[in-house]
Parts: sequence; structure tokens; C-alpha cells
Amino acid sequence: MQSRAAEKTGTTAFVLAGRELPSRLILGSGGFTSLELLAQAVEASGSGLVTVAIRRIDPAARGSLVDLLDSLGVAILPNTAGCYTARDAIATARLAREALQTDLIKLEVIGDERTLLPDAPELLAAAEQLIADGFEVLPYTTDDPILARRLEDAGCAAVMPLGSPIGSGMGIANPYNIALICEQASVPVVLDAGVGTASDAALAMELGCSAVLSASAISRAEDPVAMAAAIAGAVAAGFAARGAGRIPRRLYASASSPLAGMPDLG
Amino acid sequence: MIYVNGDAQDNAPSVTALLERLGLGAAPRGVAVALDGEVLPRATWGAQTLHDGARVEVVGAIQGG
Repeated sequence: MQSRAAEKTGTTAFVLAGRELPSRLILGSGGFTSLELLAQAVEASGSGLVTVAIRRIDPAARGSLVDLLDSLGVAILPNTAGCYTARDAIATARLAREALQTDLIKLEVIGDERTLLPDAPELLAAAEQLIADGFEVLPYTTDDPILARRLEDAGCAAVMPLGSPIGSGMGIANPYNIALICEQASVPVVLDAGVGTASDAALAMELGCSAVLSASAISRAEDPVAMAAAIAGAVAAGFAARGAGRIPRRLYASASSPLAGMPDLG
Repeated sequence: MIYVNGDAQDNAPSVTALLERLGLGAAPRGVAVALDGEVLPRATWGAQTLHDGARVEVVGAIQGG
């Protein structure tokens, strides 16, 4: 019997921008204290897609991240982290495409330094331009269902709403909005930002997300490799639970043992 | 004189020659180059000369996101 989630997507495989991925967990590479630790976390996570940022090269500091990710057999998802305008994000995306020979871009256009929340008008403008340039745009967005719809209508390959601010570990602040976004979207919804621990990732999947992107929750955990495995398990469990169909919430108890046949012990 | 990632340096005969001088090799994977704000396609690096005062950005992938 096909699960409900499988019916909705047509398959249990996860396809993002035309690529079939082995896992519904996308790993952020930021924050790991060494490439060795990152490599172990990639393996423990089972992820097939790992984010990178684009910065000026420091010729002194190589030990190539790209070589490492290539050797692990994972695809690379460059981001536009640190960009505050559509113009900067577009330029960064073009550099990323040239550097990594990929059309995938995790589009981030940030509004301010304190919250790192997305700047909606700049984000939409950048998405439109990059889609016109042939990119597969994966936008980091707020949990606003209307903005998510606008991004999908513009042609984004997925929408990636935040659960809560980047690196905050505050979980999913507005599960109702995440559920609304998932209900209306016909592209994958990837929960991006806010995951603090495994249960947050499971909840995202139970709400209907297609995948979870996690960076800090793993890289800054006391034991990043153990947390990578824990969050991977939570993503799988949440996806399975979504497919299994949870019982409705109700205010009062509902006995699971029958009342008929009670012995008279008067 | 050219400006590579903000640092003043002697000019180089081509973008490829500059990358080799930086110790990156002729066409390193994971590297992109912008000249005066415009991304240079990899295929043009060998023939691309640099004018005096050129602003060259050499970028690559680092951990992030």
C-alpha cells in the first residue's frame, strides 16, 4: 500500500530541481571546526546535498572543501549568504555557477544583521532574475505562505521557509504557517533554519515538508556526528509519520480499551 | 598594477597566469573570477588580459550555510 505522502508526491524518492537525492536531509557545511569533522557528519547524515558559501580565496588556506565533497560523492549547493541586495545575490550566484558548474543556488537575501531574516522584495526580485538566467533557485524565505506562493509562481524549484532565525535553534515558531505553505505548494518545501534538535526536524516533516536543511544544529552540537545521525533519523521518522497519517487532536480522552465485557466486581 | 581581492599586485599576462601565480593552478575546480565586477567565464581565462588598475576578484567555496 502506498503511503499518503507517497501518493502526494508520486514516489517516496526525493527529487529536488530534477535531481533525485538519497536523503531528505540537506546538510549545511558551516560551523564544523574541521574538514574531517564535516566529512564524518556528512557520512552520518546520509545527506546527498551539502551547502557551501562563496568567498574570496585565501591561497594559504587550502585543503579543498570542494575536493572533499566531491570525494564523498555528494552534490554541492552554493548559497548567497551574506548578500543584502538582489544585485549582490545575483552576482554571487553567477560566481557560484562558474566556480562549481552547477545551476543550483540557495538564494539568501538578508534584511539585517541582527535577525538575518530574508528581505522579501529583494528576494523575489533576485529569484526572478536568476530564473531568467537559467538557475534552479532554492530561496531561503520567511514562513509567509503568500511570499512562498509568489516565489513558486516566479518559477523557484523549491521554497525554503525558516522555522525560526538562522542559527537560533528555536525550532518551528509558526507550525501553522509551515503547514499552510506545504499544503499549497506544488514544489518541494524545505524547512531551512531554526532546527535546534531532532524533534524540530521530525515536526517539519510531519507538517508536510519534503526535506529539512540543517547546519548549526549539527555543526555546533556537542557531538556533531551523533547529532547528524539523530537528525537524519528524525527526518526519516517524521516523513514516515506524515505518510502514516496521525490521529486528530482532541480535547478529551478516547479509551482504546473496549467498555463492553467489563466484569461485574461489585 | 592590478587589485586582486583588494590587494595591489603586479599585473599578470592573463587570468590563467594570475591564478598560477596565486598557486591555484591554471583552471582550478571550485574557483571563479570576476573582472571589474563581471564574472569571467572559465573558457576565457587563458586569453583574458588585465588592464592597469583592474579589479580582480578570485573566489571559491568555503564552509557555510
